[in-house]
Amino acid sequence: MIEIHDLHKYFGSLHVLKGIDLNVEKGEVLSVIGASGSGKSTLLYCINGLEPVQQGKVVVDGTDVHAKGTDINKLRQQLGMVFQQWNSFPHLTALENVALAPKIVKGKSKAEAREIAAQQLKHVGLGDKLDVYPSALSGGQQQRLAIARALAMEPEYMLFDEATSALDPELVGEVLETMRMLAEEGMTMICVTHEMGFARDVSDRVAFFHQGVMEEIGPPEQIFGNPQSEHTQKFLANVR
Amino acid sequence: MEPTISFFSGFAPKDLLFLGEAAVRTMWISVLSISIGTVLGVIFGWILYEGKWAAALTVAPILDVFRSVPLIIQLVLFYNFAPIIGLNLDPFASGVVILTIYTASLVASVARGGIEAVDAPMRRAARSLGMSYWQDLRYVVLPIGGRAVFPAWVGVALGVMKDSALVSVLGYVELLKASQILITRTQEPFLILSIAGAFYFALSYPISRYAASLERKWAQ
Ligand SMILES: Nc1ncnc2c1ncn2[C@@H]1O[C@H](COP(=O)(O)OP(=O)(O)OP(=O)(O)O)[C@@H](O)[C@H]1O
Ligand SMILES: [Mg+2]
Repeated sequence: MIEIHDLHKYFGSLHVLKGIDLNVEKGEVLSVIGASGSGKSTLLYCINGLEPVQQGKVVVDGTDVHAKGTDINKLRQQLGMVFQQWNSFPHLTALENVALAPKIVKGKSKAEAREIAAQQLKHVGLGDKLDVYPSALSGGQQQRLAIARALAMEPEYMLFDEATSALDPELVGEVLETMRMLAEEGMTMICVTHEMGFARDVSDRVAFFHQGVMEEIGPPEQIFGNPQSEHTQKFLANVR
Repeated sequence: MEPTISFFSGFAPKDLLFLGEAAVRTMWISVLSISIGTVLGVIFGWILYEGKWAAALTVAPILDVFRSVPLIIQLVLFYNFAPIIGLNLDPFASGVVILTIYTASLVASVARGGIEAVDAPMRRAARSLGMSYWQDLRYVVLPIGGRAVFPAWVGVALGVMKDSALVSVLGYVELLKASQILITRTQEPFLILSIAGAFYFALSYPISRYAASLERKWAQ
């Protein structure tokens, strides 16, 4: 379970997250929507400790992410993350991309790591691309590679930061399909997304962020069918 | 009529061997300076990258001095003043010390460029997989950044190899010094310098070719 208590984040004097309270249960799929600059990415970075916080805390399975004694590298193994830009390691083949972290972070043997990698690549539909370099993959394939790379660490949670925003429209579907598959397998997911269809169909809850505040959170039927906050209504009227 | 000269004599096959040995010394002094200098330069480059203003105030100006003062002046100064602080180094060791520092100062900016070539999102992705700071440096930044600046590094290495000729001013008999000795004796500067040039070429050509083939391999 991910517990976020009264989380405040500043970049210098810029107050980016203004007291977020949010719990995400095991098995839940939460979509986070909101305008550009509302703090969605920053929230994800605070959850896996890529950004420090100034007030409040994030607790993952009982471990305080930002506490002094926390082994953050160990904790991050529980929190797979996929970014807007796919960031495949260009000098490694698809298989090596996925096998690297299990090998060096988890200390798996080379054979084991490659085994896991091959399995995860098949899982996301790249079973025929094991020995291909990222430069020969499409954006959608690279993004699925990034998903496989995160899954190879066997995380309990997956954080998606606009995983489809940088893709050509015709490549969005394959990545959303992969995310939907993970959701169906019971993965706990927090998905920052601009794909309202995905948010509506796949999520258990949808959170709407507005200027660093979580304005509204609820089941998709509420957010899309009967939004309570005026800001939510405005935002949704604009994206439609 | 018999040649009467005994002091001057023509170019003989054994002179080729003499030049060959000198070429090996050039190679030796270059290999030492370039390898140690590269390791130091990468460390300095990392300090420049991470150290921000603290590095800008300390390491950066020192490296700037070594980068900008002509190598020949550094060599002569170091060779003549090192004994004053109790360092009695022969020409070879003095040459290695100065060439190493010189290489390090050049490699430092190349290395910093290499680290900068790996953008923040890539490194965040590595860290998000649970890699430590050092694992990220070793397995992500080094190979990706290293490839990006490899051609620049090869340029530095080949330059240092040619600049190692300057160590001759300290009396170390490397390729250039050996050529000068032979020219004095044989009075055949054109021939001798051509041979010396060919030796320099023979030393650097395989390196450039190998570098080019590596770059081709990485490009795909
Ligand atoms: N490293 C940083 N330094 C300074 N300001 C930052 C930094 N990262 C983000 N910000 C600022 O914090 C605010 C929130 O940014 P964030 O990236 O979390 O928004 P977002 O909701 O993800 O937007 P988008 O939909 O554009 O991705 C923005 O005003 C942004 O300019
Ligand atoms: Mg964002």
